Amino acid sequence: MTPSLQLWLIPVLPLVGATINGFFGRRLTRQAVGAVALTFCGAAFAMALYVAARFSSLTLPHTEFLAHWIRSGDFLLNFEFYLDQLTLVMLLVVTGVGFLIHIYAVGYMWEEGGFYRFFSYLNLFMFFMLTLVLAGNYLQMFIGWEGVGLASYLLIGFYFTRDSAASAGKKAFIVNRIGDFGFLIALFLMIKHFGSLDFDQVFAAASRLPVETVGFGLLTSIGLLLMVGAAGKSAQLPLYVWLPDAMEGPTPVSALIHAATMVTAGVYMVARSHVIFDHAPNALTVVAIVGTLTALFAATIGVAQTDIKKVLAYSTVSQLGYMFIACGVAAYSAGIFHLMTHAFFKGLLFLAAGSVIHSVGGEQDMRKMGGLRQFIPVTYITMFIATLAIAGIPPFAGFFSKDEILYRAFLANPAYWVIGLFTAFLTSFYMFRLLFMTFYGDYRGSTASGQEHDDAHSSHGHGSPHESPTIMLVPLMILALLSFVGGWIGIGGRFERFLAPVFSSGELAERAAETGARGLEWALMGASVVAAFLGWYLARLLYLQKPQLPQKIADALGGLYETVVHKYYVDELYATLFVKPLVEGSTNILWHGVDQGVIDAAVNDSADGARHASDAARHMQSGNVRSYAGWVAAGGALVIAYMIWMGVR
Amino acid sequence: MVPVSYYLILSGALFACGVIGFLIKRNIITIFMSIELMLNGVNLAFVAFAAQWQHLSGQVFVFFVMVVAAAETAVGLAIIIAVFRTRETLNVDQVNLLKL
Repeated sequence: MTPSLQLWLIPVLPLVGATINGFFGRRLTRQAVGAVALTFCGAAFAMALYVAARFSSLTLPHTEFLAHWIRSGDFLLNFEFYLDQLTLVMLLVVTGVGFLIHIYAVGYMWEEGGFYRFFSYLNLFMFFMLTLVLAGNYLQMFIGWEGVGLASYLLIGFYFTRDSAASAGKKAFIVNRIGDFGFLIALFLMIKHFGSLDFDQVFAAASRLPVETVGFGLLTSIGLLLMVGAAGKSAQLPLYVWLPDAMEGPTPVSALIHAATMVTAGVYMVARSHVIFDHAPNALTVVAIVGTLTALFAATIGVAQTDIKKVLAYSTVSQLGYMFIACGVAAYSAGIFHLMTHAFFKGLLFLAAGSVIHSVGGEQDMRKMGGLRQFIPVTYITMFIATLAIAGIPPFAGFFSKDEILYRAFLANPAYWVIGLFTAFLTSFYMFRLLFMTFYGDYRGSTASGQEHDDAHSSHGHGSPHESPTIMLVPLMILALLSFVGGWIGIGGRFERFLAPVFSSGELAERAAETGARGLEWALMGASVVAAFLGWYLARLLYLQKPQLPQKIADALGGLYETVVHKYYVDELYATLFVKPLVEGSTNILWHGVDQGVIDAAVNDSADGARHASDAARHMQSGNVRSYAGWVAAGGALVIAYMIWMGVR
Repeated sequence: MVPVSYYLILSGALFACGVIGFLIKRNIITIFMSIELMLNGVNLAFVAFAAQWQHLSGQVFVFFVMVVAAAETAVGLAIIIAVFRTRETLNVDQVNLLKL
């Protein structure tokens, strides 16, 4: 019997913070609101560290029972917390990065309206995310899953007076519904066939079933449905469209929810369900293909974006694609590794971008930046480190994780590797493009801020760009350090060995085949480093040395460039295919036809009918006593006539 | 022996006369008399059946009806006099203050 670690406290602490800020925050000062938010989020982080410290003394997987939830016949469901190596990694990433971003947000949101509301939502998000990560069964995971969706919706629409933010929130929520629908059906299938949603029982039942190499069996169906859910939450093709729009939210939200934690929930879920996927290779192939296509697709869009946050958003979609490639080739630990490093460097990139936006007075268009290096050196250096990390330049974090994924992808199918490598080149290119456009050259913005991009900072007009306050810079530095050294824990397969007990069923065989292929690994590593430097060089050539060249290339490419700038017209396509038919069908058939024509009409017509009938019957009530007597006599006569007639019969 | 049906037909005719008088007359005294006519029509049916079945309860009932009718007449006439004193008319169609 291992000691109870009171795991339930980890999610509940931020919930307490959210409750306090949500109910009483209006009356508290900004200092108090910030203190509450940071205290409870920091306490969760401290709890996570405590769990990590006690980790080696536990028998794994460690489950902690909290309460019975559903007892219905044979079906039993508990509130239960589940702790293993995978949970621990997620726990540390979510609470650690989350805490840093909370600190940053205090500085970033200081001059905002709704300060308490923001931190209430942010803590609420932490609660749901930790519920998701610590869940001991799929339904509890689903609560967290839906809850982070809610928090995401609330925070994307934080500037709810702005129409684009409100509709971006709606879009995120509705697109996620599609994915959640798949997830939910997968849960129903599990209940029907396994009689449980408990991780242990579902995986035990799934591992007893044969591997479905051909056809379309139960586990393949469950796996594909889970993947639909993951594609919604983790912004994969074809459900990625909500993530770029989600950049309407405040920048710390983009960093925390739409880069570091929530969007990786899909990857976590697939990795957690690896037993199911291991027994359904076809589903796994779909995962890998979706990941590959998404990585490439989003990276190409990222190349032509001019909004600094949009570039990062497409980059996030692309990097999530990498994680799905890893899961799809059964290299779950590589996927989780990339998830972790990505949380560091992408969180940092967003925070640094927020710092840039802050410094230039709310401008997000990179064409109006430039030359910011001398104005905001700390932001520049941290962002440079993050860029090196995401581009895959050794020895920064992204290099190790991305290289691991590419290597495992090559072993599974060289086609994944080729696309992955090309994507790595594109990644390096668009990230350095971002860096050069933002920080190098001459400052192209106006000194007086007139743009209304981010309500955060358009209010106070300022002269030349200025560095952000310390409270924002400290998280940047810590994340920069993590982006630098975060990959080192993967050297020599240490990270993989740490996670091996979780994924043991799937990976041991491949691990054995891998030994003796060191030469190959080095060759592939060299290729990806070359790709990264090539991207760097190309960006340098186009955006530093010959800044007039990109426009020429764009003109030469013509239609193709236009297509990419317009994100392959996917939004327009969805609007025509799904949104417009739905809206028009709802308006004309359901609203005007069914609702007004049938339901309202039935109610109104019966009311009208009653009124008209009453109008006619009203004339009986004349107030004339003799006419009443006449009616009585007529009624009596009728009764007598009836009785006589009955008697005659 | 006169068959009971004769009595009943007479009773019904009396009652019908009462009803018709009640409905078509405007003079309140005539209406009052029509009511008495209806009561007596009913009384006739009671005594006819009492004779038919050699049972006294029908006759007893007639006494009750007579007593109640007498009381009712006393009250009713008092009301009619009160109405006539205030309204100077016996036409029921003009006694319509309570009507909307």
